[in-house]
Amino acid sequence: MHTIAAISTALAPGGIGIIRISGDSAISVADSIFKSFDGTKLADLNGYCAKFGRIFYNRSVVDRVIALVFRAPHSYTGENVVEISCHGGVYIVQKILDIVLKNGAVLAQPGEFTKRAFLNGKMDLSEAESVMNLISAQGEKAEKIAVSGMEGKINKKIIQIKTSLVDIMAGLSAWSDFPDEDIPQVDRNLLKTKLDAILADLISLNSTFFATRALINGLKIAVTGCPNVGKSSLLNLLMGYQRAIVSDIAGTTRDVVEGTTMIGDIPVTLFDTAGIRDTVDIVEKLGVQRAKECLADADIIFVLFDSSRTLCENDREVISLIDLSKSVAVLNKSDLQLSLDLDEINKYFSRYVRISAKNSAGIDELKNLVYDFVGMDKLGGSEVFISGQRQFDIINRTISILKEAQCALDNGMTLDAITVLIQNSLDVLAQLTGENATDEVINAVFSKFCLGK
Amino acid sequence: MDFIAGNYDVLVVGAGHAGIEAALAAARIGCKTAVITMNLDAIGNCPCNPSIGGTAKGHLVREIDALGGEIAKTADECFLQSRMLNKGKGPAVHSLRVQIDRNKYSRVMKRKLELQQNLDVKQAEIIDIFKKDALWCLKTRLNALYLAECVVICTGTYLDGTIHVGEVSYQSGPDNMFSSRLLTASLKKLGLPLRKFKTGTPARVLRSSIDFSKLEKQLGDKNIVPFSYSSGNLGDNKIACYVAWTNEQTKKVILDNINRSPMYSGKIDGIGPRYCPSIEDKMVRFSDKQRHQMFIEPCGIDTEEMYLQGMSSSLPEDVQIEFYRTIDGLQNVKIMRPAYAIEYACVDPLELLPSLEFKNFSGLFGAGQFNGSSGYEEAAAQGFIAGVNAALKVKRKSPLILDRASSYIGTLIDDLVSKGTHEPYRMMTSRSEYRLVLRQDNADERLMPLGKDLGLVTDEQWYRFLDRQKRKSDELKRARSTVISPSEALNREIVSRGTSPIASGVHLADLLKRPQLNYNVLKPFDPTRAEHDDNILECTEIEIKYQGYIDKQNRQIQEMRRLECQVIPADIEYEKLAGLRLEAREKLKKIRPLNMGQASRISGVSPADMSVLAIWIAKWHREKEKLQ
Repeated sequence: MHTIAAISTALAPGGIGIIRISGDSAISVADSIFKSFDGTKLADLNGYCAKFGRIFYNRSVVDRVIALVFRAPHSYTGENVVEISCHGGVYIVQKILDIVLKNGAVLAQPGEFTKRAFLNGKMDLSEAESVMNLISAQGEKAEKIAVSGMEGKINKKIIQIKTSLVDIMAGLSAWSDFPDEDIPQVDRNLLKTKLDAILADLISLNSTFFATRALINGLKIAVTGCPNVGKSSLLNLLMGYQRAIVSDIAGTTRDVVEGTTMIGDIPVTLFDTAGIRDTVDIVEKLGVQRAKECLADADIIFVLFDSSRTLCENDREVISLIDLSKSVAVLNKSDLQLSLDLDEINKYFSRYVRISAKNSAGIDELKNLVYDFVGMDKLGGSEVFISGQRQFDIINRTISILKEAQCALDNGMTLDAITVLIQNSLDVLAQLTGENATDEVINAVFSKFCLGK
Repeated sequence: MDFIAGNYDVLVVGAGHAGIEAALAAARIGCKTAVITMNLDAIGNCPCNPSIGGTAKGHLVREIDALGGEIAKTADECFLQSRMLNKGKGPAVHSLRVQIDRNKYSRVMKRKLELQQNLDVKQAEIIDIFKKDALWCLKTRLNALYLAECVVICTGTYLDGTIHVGEVSYQSGPDNMFSSRLLTASLKKLGLPLRKFKTGTPARVLRSSIDFSKLEKQLGDKNIVPFSYSSGNLGDNKIACYVAWTNEQTKKVILDNINRSPMYSGKIDGIGPRYCPSIEDKMVRFSDKQRHQMFIEPCGIDTEEMYLQGMSSSLPEDVQIEFYRTIDGLQNVKIMRPAYAIEYACVDPLELLPSLEFKNFSGLFGAGQFNGSSGYEEAAAQGFIAGVNAALKVKRKSPLILDRASSYIGTLIDDLVSKGTHEPYRMMTSRSEYRLVLRQDNADERLMPLGKDLGLVTDEQWYRFLDRQKRKSDELKRARSTVISPSEALNREIVSRGTSPIASGVHLADLLKRPQLNYNVLKPFDPTRAEHDDNILECTEIEIKYQGYIDKQNRQIQEMRRLECQVIPADIEYEKLAGLRLEAREKLKKIRPLNMGQASRISGVSPADMSVLAIWIAKWHREKEKLQ
């Protein structure tokens, strides 16, 4: 049996969150990411014992947590179980689940902990019926979400990618199953090109899980605008302390300043970029260069304007230099008389918000604007979130198998081995759409190729 | 007047490729067996094409041989030309295919049946089948009654066969043999859900009417690998085959007359196989294709008949003459036997257990085209399993069920009985998820121990097998421990093959892992290697080179087998199972899978349904324990 994991507390900001891991290798999975303060391994603990320690990812600390060990059969599921209690908040809990899944556990199916509990004799016989109903209800719910998503763009894209994979498989199958027939040779270079294209599609598809990703990985937000509109003040306001040097002299900020904070549930890395303007100062010139790189890399750009004056040449230059599709206009100095032409702002930006960095006004509006931008409303309840996580997970697994296939192709491996990998990737991806991938491939063989003896 | 003509343990109806294996297996296991066929001269007939094997089909032949069946040995005895297909595409898809002398094949098989202990060979038409007390009773046209505990039905295309050529249709089996009509009615009366499938064959033409100077020659392999693990050196190829192509004129003749095809005029409603379309089908469905390839193959060594592979048709004879003659090399061709389509009755394989016994009729088994498959090899595989299981039933032993990870045979039968089929089912490598494990080179390793347990593998075969296994494992050990030192010559050789040179000593196995290198290339640098057959080196090299992939497949197999072990109680009432979705409930009720593995492969059964099923089974077991 696989070792499974899931978040077992509600996915909402709260005091603590619990990630539950169950299965034969639950304890070793937990040991691979958790280090207790006294150095004890969880594997050396008896059941019902807990340790205080830290979760590590890529050698950096993610959170301080308590890991609680249950030994089979004395646990909810009757298997080895580790429960990790971490600091609540959607981001941290998701992040830790993500790390657990990267270290050998698979995401639990709906109702799977309860199912295992029953199968391992942890529940009364009379409960069987209600467990079955629970599972089928949860399964139906998940299915409904999947079906409702079917009409969405993401699923259209998945079906399109799957069709490309089926086509590749049909070519490989026809070529190997009907060797004496007049079938085109499989060209390794062409196959590689096709796989590259599919991988690029899958990778960009996973980036469409914008809100999910924002919660798990956070956002990079660059703050820009012409000199002295209050960029650093905004940053300090968001950060809650004096991070950047603030002065009234234009060009004070000469380097990119980084800071990490939360905007609602979303962890955010802020970049205060140097004011973009033509300058002869060499140090400032370097700063401008770095600022441009930073803007290209950002998920969102806050473009700051002084609402107490009309747009100047410099403002327009900033607008011309940035990617407007990921930019929002932040109109500072709402405490002063509005002189800015809002119609002109609307011409460039789909969203704007008025704030006063000086008076700490408009910060909630800014948060709402970020939520709106990443589509947090689309996440809705936790089920949708999980279904997003499942899609994300499956697409990631598909990507890793296809990368292996690419690698085998580069190494000159025979095509039968590559075929098996592509078939595997298709089987994984088919979990999102539910069809039988083998039958689809065989149907494609006969509809695409003229075969027959 | 009816009379009792004989009492048997096992009766086999039909002596085609399925019937032969069924009869031999049952008799060899020690059951008193009779095989009954409408015409003794059509035993082991090859009315479709004069060849055995091909992709995935070659795997089936090897597997039957490893289990102790006959098809591989006879194919070796009757081979005319042999080719290992798909060389260079990887070991998973290497497949052996041979041209055979079809008349000789039929004679050799007939004689093997005649010589087999415990086996009677009878010519008779079975016209009725019914239960008489605990036994099955078969009644012949001449009123003879045969009784047996088990019956294997292998009726091929004879059952309710109808031949179609253009506007003409008539009751007939293959090659103008009688068709079996009365049995069809009896099977229906018994309650078997019969349906119609269709297949076809091209014309046979006179060798001297072909202009070979215009055709491309196709020769067999230089190093011939036999099908059977028991066959020695087969000698040289005896014939050549030829390649020809259709052209625009062929297409025009066919499309101008398409309304005279029974397929297009709606006369045939049986479903034909997609992988074996008639030439008119190819022209219609792939109308943008300029030309279609065909092969011209001798039907035997002592006949002038030539087979036109790829050109089956049900167009009228006059149209056939016209379109065959448009082909370069066939301008003056003389048709000896026209092409025809044949419709026949067969059963829905979802009615069968994985043992190939009918779920609702204890002791009644089906095999071959009767079960909805196509091809000699698919038929032989099922015939063998059905024959073995009929015999095991008589002996009160549990049936032989091969799972998908063990063999193509297991995959074939599981597909048929779990998924069903909407067309004559053909084996393909694409149907197996465990392709890198189910190779033609290791069929013996996978299956011979099972054949030995059944008593179908002789001691001689068994000791040869053990010896081969030992040599393989010794060589594997040697390759993993032998260090090859770098030398200028070695590095020159391996760099010339597009892989990086070595700086220090490297294990032989690590060099063999590189796709660019093999035993042959490394021979001069590997002085400690003993002389081995090619087969042993081939197997060893594959195991080394593909180890990562094979390990991965083995892990998937483990997971699959875990589900396969979870038996679903036979008396499960899906109607009463809370939480199953409607579609899953209907499918499960119809197919009644034996275990969780089989259930999981039924389309329309979701992971949530599987969970519900798992819980119900656990509950069932606990309730049962409580009662005890």
